[in-house]
Amino acid sequence: MTAIDASHSGLSATRAAFRTCRFTGLKVDIAAQRLIMANAVAAVVFLAVGGLMGLLVALTRWPAVHLLPSEWFYLVLTGHGANVLLFWIIFFEIAILYFASAVLLGSRIAAPKTAWAGFVLMVVGAILTNVAVFQGDSSVMFTSYPPMQAAPNFYLGLIVFAVGALIGVGIFFATLVVAHGEKTYEGSIPLVTFGALTAAIIAVFTLASGAIILIPTWLWSLGLIAEIDPLMYKVIWWGMGHSSQQINVAAHVSVWYAIGALTIGAKPLSEKVSRTAFLLYIFFLQLASAHHLLADPGMSATWKIVNTSYLMYLAVLGSLIHGLTVPGALEAAQRRNGFTKGAFEWLRKAPWGNPAFSGMFLSLVMFGFIGGISGVVLGTEQLNLLMHNTIYVPGHFHGTVVAGTTLAFMAMTYYVLPLIFQRDVIWPKLARWQPYLFGIGAGGISLFMMGAGTLGVPRRHWDMTLTDSMHPFDLPSGGFLMMGLNGMAAVIAAAGGILYILITVGTVLWGKRLDKGEAPLTFPLHKKAATVAEYGSHATVKLPGTIILVSIFFLSFVLYYFVNWKYLSEIWLLR
Amino acid sequence: MAITPPSNRLWWNEPIERVEIGWIVVAFLWGLFMFFFMIAWHFIGGQNLSTETYRITPAAYEQKVIDFAEKYQVGEEVGTPVVRPPVGEDVYLLARLWEWWPLLELKKDQSYRIHLSSLDWQHGFSLQPVNINISVHPGYEQIITLTPTQAGDFGIACNEYCGIGHHLMTGRIRVTE
Repeated sequence: MTAIDASHSGLSATRAAFRTCRFTGLKVDIAAQRLIMANAVAAVVFLAVGGLMGLLVALTRWPAVHLLPSEWFYLVLTGHGANVLLFWIIFFEIAILYFASAVLLGSRIAAPKTAWAGFVLMVVGAILTNVAVFQGDSSVMFTSYPPMQAAPNFYLGLIVFAVGALIGVGIFFATLVVAHGEKTYEGSIPLVTFGALTAAIIAVFTLASGAIILIPTWLWSLGLIAEIDPLMYKVIWWGMGHSSQQINVAAHVSVWYAIGALTIGAKPLSEKVSRTAFLLYIFFLQLASAHHLLADPGMSATWKIVNTSYLMYLAVLGSLIHGLTVPGALEAAQRRNGFTKGAFEWLRKAPWGNPAFSGMFLSLVMFGFIGGISGVVLGTEQLNLLMHNTIYVPGHFHGTVVAGTTLAFMAMTYYVLPLIFQRDVIWPKLARWQPYLFGIGAGGISLFMMGAGTLGVPRRHWDMTLTDSMHPFDLPSGGFLMMGLNGMAAVIAAAGGILYILITVGTVLWGKRLDKGEAPLTFPLHKKAATVAEYGSHATVKLPGTIILVSIFFLSFVLYYFVNWKYLSEIWLLR
Repeated sequence: MAITPPSNRLWWNEPIERVEIGWIVVAFLWGLFMFFFMIAWHFIGGQNLSTETYRITPAAYEQKVIDFAEKYQVGEEVGTPVVRPPVGEDVYLLARLWEWWPLLELKKDQSYRIHLSSLDWQHGFSLQPVNINISVHPGYEQIITLTPTQAGDFGIACNEYCGIGHHLMTGRIRVTE
């Protein structure tokens, strides 16, 4: 290092204040820590608002309860989508980006003041959109398809929020550059940071798509542009809408790896394979806009097939790889921890009482079995006809975004609280149950909505009895049963969600302070998490448990895929 | 560990586990199969959504549907004409806030070219209980060739949110032997 470099880094070191985490040995930039805390708190606030709205939606769609009047139902459903799918998830993702860059690399965060400006923009945007929704003239659903029009502030809020998020993503990239330049780590960035980098790269594409379509739509709502083509809008809007779900996938897969490392000391089976899987996301996930246009006019079959399959399912391949390497890494770690009996001792004796581990594992299983399989089936060109815009679609994405992403983020919170907020988790007994409660509820709503959708129940629909319409007809009674079960599952999920909010807020306010004294963690880290020196890929290990689990998954996938082709072959002929 | 830099700086030179290679091959081949099966269904399957689409103004489309309905009307229900087009004739259906218009009567096992478009917002053609679901846009006229294979009354719901009366929007196709 030259003298100039040394003085430069010395200068920045005086500007940034650090503490050393006594549990992990990580060097934590105080400015980064504050930003992570602010983004996490904002995330939880919007989860509380959006989650409550979700419960109201589910209770209205429960035929026997039918809670809200129709105007309120459509208003609340619009707010539910924006608050949980955008605000909760993206605030939490910005927190993850700062954690994966500044904290994991032991670096100062780049330009903290700009990062705060981004945070303020995100908060202002989120509030602006919420106000527009509650004023009542923006019940256009989260997707806001033209020619249906919302109030200008509905779009403006989303644009301002996206600009703020883009600044956060920029801070992440800049922090990587700073860490690299100041040599705060050796060799390559950790796998979790690599996953976060994947999420950030996809986020740039996504937010750019959002800007390209929402800015003209906003101008249109102000009367400055005459027309927005509905088909063009859908193509570009879903470049944001679906691709942003791939930010979630990259982020929550990173969280899976991180929690595996923190709780049982898991290392990737092979860095090369896991990183290549993330790389496949970057290359191919952006094609997903097509998933929303399979039943639309105008697109050729070739366009649909190439795009909907992410060019021959290469992004799905990325997820399938993680589907083996994540449980594989867990099994290998547990075997190294001494649980070597039979095929499944490693799983039986996993730390199921630690909500971070249980939440992560439930998220992994449900994302794969429910969200993943249903996503591929739904995204198959012809099969889409069977479920397009039925409530099967929300069933699918509650499997990915609620049972997958949200549950993974909740699990991660049980380490964000002690390691970043430096407060020990309160009510450990309740915390132990929280992921199960939320997981069962989220899995339930996904499956029951999928069931109702295969019976033809439409999505975003206030009255499935259709009794007030001009030419009423009956939807299958099984659909009503499914929507009732969905309501019950939503109540369970809401209980888990409320518990999460209470534990989180309670811990931040009243949890035992960990920055002073030597108190241990209620939910301990694996001892390997404290030794930064020991890392790298596993030596060759046999993984019979993982092979069995993955085989079960693959058989379910193939079976479900062909069952749907059989259904399709029985409907009216179309060409 | 996944949260620390790889210990081997040349991690891309490390060998890959056999179980990983095996799964990657299986998953890749399965992806290829699913990809080519979509293409194959265009040749072996009876259910493929046509992509024949034309640009049209809502007013022009409305006129076409009105002309069609007047020509082949056989009755009326709750103010909506019931239309029985001859076999092989082009059939027009429009979506608007909040109805599918007109009501149709088709013959089982006969093919019809069905035109679909919206006069205002986006709508979702959802034929039940068959469960065929197609998006309908304003400004685009899509033509699908449909062959009913069952007789009876089939409802059309709207499954693309279209404002406050979305849940009131229905229509019907009656299929006779």
